[in-house]
Amino acid sequence: MSISRRTLLKLAGITALGVTAEKYATAHAGSTAAKVLSKAVGAGKRLTKSNVQQKVRLAMVVDLRKCVSNQGCTKCIDACNRGHNIPDLGDSKDAIKWIWKEPYESAFVDQENFYMRDEFKNKMVPVFCNNCDNPPCVEVCPTQATFQRPDGIVMMDWHRCIGCRYCMAACPYGSRSFNWRDPRPFIKDINPDYPTRTKGVVEKCTWCDERVDQGLLPLCVEACPEKAMVFGNLNDPNSEVRQLLKDNFSVRRKPGLGTSPEVYYLV
Amino acid sequence: MYDSGKIIAGLVIFIGLFTSPFWYDLASGTALQTPDLVLPTKADQKQCVASLEFMRRDHMALLNDWRTQVVRDGITYYKSANGKEFEMRYTKTCLGCHTNTSQFCDQCHNYIGVTLYCLDCHNMPATQIQGPMAAKILNPNSEILNKLQIQN
Repeated sequence: MSISRRTLLKLAGITALGVTAEKYATAHAGSTAAKVLSKAVGAGKRLTKSNVQQKVRLAMVVDLRKCVSNQGCTKCIDACNRGHNIPDLGDSKDAIKWIWKEPYESAFVDQENFYMRDEFKNKMVPVFCNNCDNPPCVEVCPTQATFQRPDGIVMMDWHRCIGCRYCMAACPYGSRSFNWRDPRPFIKDINPDYPTRTKGVVEKCTWCDERVDQGLLPLCVEACPEKAMVFGNLNDPNSEVRQLLKDNFSVRRKPGLGTSPEVYYLV
Repeated sequence: MYDSGKIIAGLVIFIGLFTSPFWYDLASGTALQTPDLVLPTKADQKQCVASLEFMRRDHMALLNDWRTQVVRDGITYYKSANGKEFEMRYTKTCLGCHTNTSQFCDQCHNYIGVTLYCLDCHNMPATQIQGPMAAKILNPNSEILNKLQIQN
């Protein structure tokens, strides 16, 4: 069968028209969706998954004025390490860290001043996973082992982790640790209610998702003797976290990167 | 036939050597044994979460589903066919009855050569640990264990 020049030109014309029409249709549909979203959120507010659809957005407020980590307090770290079977490998190179202390200048690299309040010079800041609103680790995970829960917690399914460590490269806070070896022999006291991890798996703080599910506060919040850590729902205007943020000046770690960290530090 | 004596003797020796692994197994008593399950005898729990036929064929799929529902979907309870609710926890619910994994799980899995790694991460309740895992988990100086023993 042969096609005449005339038929070919006709067919080419119809195809071109079809492709253009489809592009136009999808572009138009996209813009209406964006309009609906911006209407729901209110003008001038950044669109994130949380403020579009979530009723609960968990967040943590750490009052650095109350925290006494400089006086050697490690209660939050100890409670976490014990509760989550975190090994003590004795070597900082392959240490497993869920919550740890960082000097103020390195925790808030973009806020370093040469002259600053005396009590914040050499201040040790408790740092942990920010459970970001826009988590880069979730974006890069090739197996969806790490994902965001509807309440904002950035969770891990250790069963699915293949140990590629993309998430560690993506996290700007160093909140993720890799198990270079079997951690079990290095755990002094195994908490039978919580699993250990194996060699080749990445792990991080998940704000005690297993306790949150039972309506309990994270272990670090419960352990803090100074009540310097407060945990709650950011989307509830009457929650304690919102009240604290309303009445105090707060900073977050590296907010300029756009990850939208959800740990607020009162300074 | 020339040299029949040598050939037959050679054949007998060859067959003997060729089948020696079987003779060795029989003689040493390490021959493969069929699975011998010890079923749990728990007073308040007579029925598994699903029927025997289902569990035999699909327990792995059920465990996978439980994992996905608990970790990702926030569903923590499972309603069985007879309407009873179970908490979807491998260590608490499954191993709560099947306390000795070497007399239950390992029987079939060893038979078909499937290595289980559930307990590489999951910890059995300290009071229930039996079998080869005990040595791995139990630490005589464990504070948590001491606490449990005081409580019980």
